[in-house]
Amino acid sequence: MRLVKGRPRCLTGAGFLYCPGCHHGIVLRLVAETIDELGIAAKAVMVTSIGCSVRCWTNLDIDACQGAHGRGLAVATGIKRASPGSVVFTYQGDGDLAAIGMAETLHAAARGEAVTVIFVNNAVFGATGGQMAPTTLLGMKTSTYPEGRDARHTGYPIRVAELLASLEGVTYSARVAVNSPARVREASRAVRKAFLAQMDKEGFGIVEVLSACPVNLKLSPVEALKWIDDAMIPCFPLGVFQER
Amino acid sequence: MKGPEIAPRTMMKGNEALAEGALRGGCRFYFGYPITPQNELLEYMAVHLPRCGGVFLQTESELAAISMVYGVASTGRRAMTSSSSPGISLMQEGISYLASAELPCLIVNITRGSPGLGRITPAQSDYFQAVKGGGHGDYRLIVLAPVGVQEMADFACEAFELAERYRAPVMILGDGIVGQMMEPVRLPCPVDPGETPVARWAVGEWSRPRARRNLVLSAPLTDPELRQMNLDLQEKYHRIAQAETRYEAYRTEDAEMVIVAFGIAARLSMEAVDSLRDQGVRAGLLRPITLWPFPSRALEDLSGRVLGFLVVEMNEGQMVEDVCACSLGRAPVGFLGGGGGFVPTPAQIAKRALSMLGGVPA
Repeated sequence: MRLVKGRPRCLTGAGFLYCPGCHHGIVLRLVAETIDELGIAAKAVMVTSIGCSVRCWTNLDIDACQGAHGRGLAVATGIKRASPGSVVFTYQGDGDLAAIGMAETLHAAARGEAVTVIFVNNAVFGATGGQMAPTTLLGMKTSTYPEGRDARHTGYPIRVAELLASLEGVTYSARVAVNSPARVREASRAVRKAFLAQMDKEGFGIVEVLSACPVNLKLSPVEALKWIDDAMIPCFPLGVFQER
Repeated sequence: MKGPEIAPRTMMKGNEALAEGALRGGCRFYFGYPITPQNELLEYMAVHLPRCGGVFLQTESELAAISMVYGVASTGRRAMTSSSSPGISLMQEGISYLASAELPCLIVNITRGSPGLGRITPAQSDYFQAVKGGGHGDYRLIVLAPVGVQEMADFACEAFELAERYRAPVMILGDGIVGQMMEPVRLPCPVDPGETPVARWAVGEWSRPRARRNLVLSAPLTDPELRQMNLDLQEKYHRIAQAETRYEAYRTEDAEMVIVAFGIAARLSMEAVDSLRDQGVRAGLLRPITLWPFPSRALEDLSGRVLGFLVVEMNEGQMVEDVCACSLGRAPVGFLGGGGGFVPTPAQIAKRALSMLGGVPA
């Protein structure tokens, strides 16, 4: 038997502090593999956010800095400007990046900061117990809108990958999912491109990863995989929206 | 990196002197959002920081500015921001994070008057916010209150050394008068930031090589670690209070009436002290230079032998609470002040002091 992928070297070995069926473990592993492949562990700096993604520093064995809710890309801007040789990336959820931190997100992208964004979109506020996010689907039930999201009252889901792709400062913007082996491989390539956008092109790169939160969706892990296909992808199409 | 270009002795506006002092103190990163009455500071940095090889960035908000300072500070480099009251309120989130992650930096507040929007009139209404927390959680800022343009330059330079010595954010709290007034200033000697040692705890490629990863965290994972973090912070604040409390005592040796005032109110009170002395009243001035740590011991010592304290401040009575606490009930504490742009005259101050001594009705 041939070993295709081993355990990434830049994982700490600490257990993943995530719920069964959550995709954070897969996404963090893809980031870890990319850091190994690019050989950047010694110069990578991860900016963690608030919410479930706050725990990512326990798993990746690289420098990390914990910013306030939504401010990840402002913190990343400061780190990158002060230490241009570093490879700086944020690891953010939808509440963090698209709700409280939308201003910081848009302006860092518009400035074309040479940083990378790993954006985990599970359409809900996970850590706080399943409240509505800017990416919550129409009709989707959450703890704050138990009758389902109604556009007349709460507006429409925000498509971050397309929105950022419209800004000239953005070098790479893509949306991927990790709910099948083929998609995981595609996601891996996108993560790599988002890092290379920073390293080779000195540009802003973002990967939006559609991700399951079975606990708050009140679905089994397997049902949640299907929910991504049936409900999420029609609203959030996969693809590359910017590549310069 | 090139150094500053301004002659060592020159005539400058307070805000510009502070900016130049920060540059000479080795600051090479400035992030800020325009707000009056501190815009000269931002604009000075916009012109001079790039010439020194530094980074100036006008941000989308004060929230972003303080978070960028947090990012630079986490790499161990010298960063600052400046703003005015409503902008500082927006920064409180980041300031609390800087305190918890123990990151050094300089934050300047050239204040406005009153809560809410206020106006750009001189005021000292942000005393509580600066010295009692401001943001969430149990933390302290080292707060320096300059009395004029010379101290604006000196404190900006010193602030970085203080901040790095204690891994803590430092605030300079001034009002519109010290920001806008012009005076001759002798600028401090420049520090070359390239010669400052790399902080052992800093993140980023430039602080390599080292064996282990570095983490800049605002909070640990477990309750016992969080408890310990809070205990460690309090222990640090105790050390700062022991070593860094600064004040100026003017003619207090034999004083029977001591005026307590900071910043520009202290400067006006100094004239009142001289005029009272001319009238045969043994008056003195105690000026807290660090608003936190507050010169509690000096006030306690005075409280045993003076007939009274008069607190003069350009707000509705904030520092007066600290003076009352320090006087331990042994001496009466009077107050002269007001918010929304009230600037006391030396004559008003002297009159109030006399009335406290039973000489003249106020």
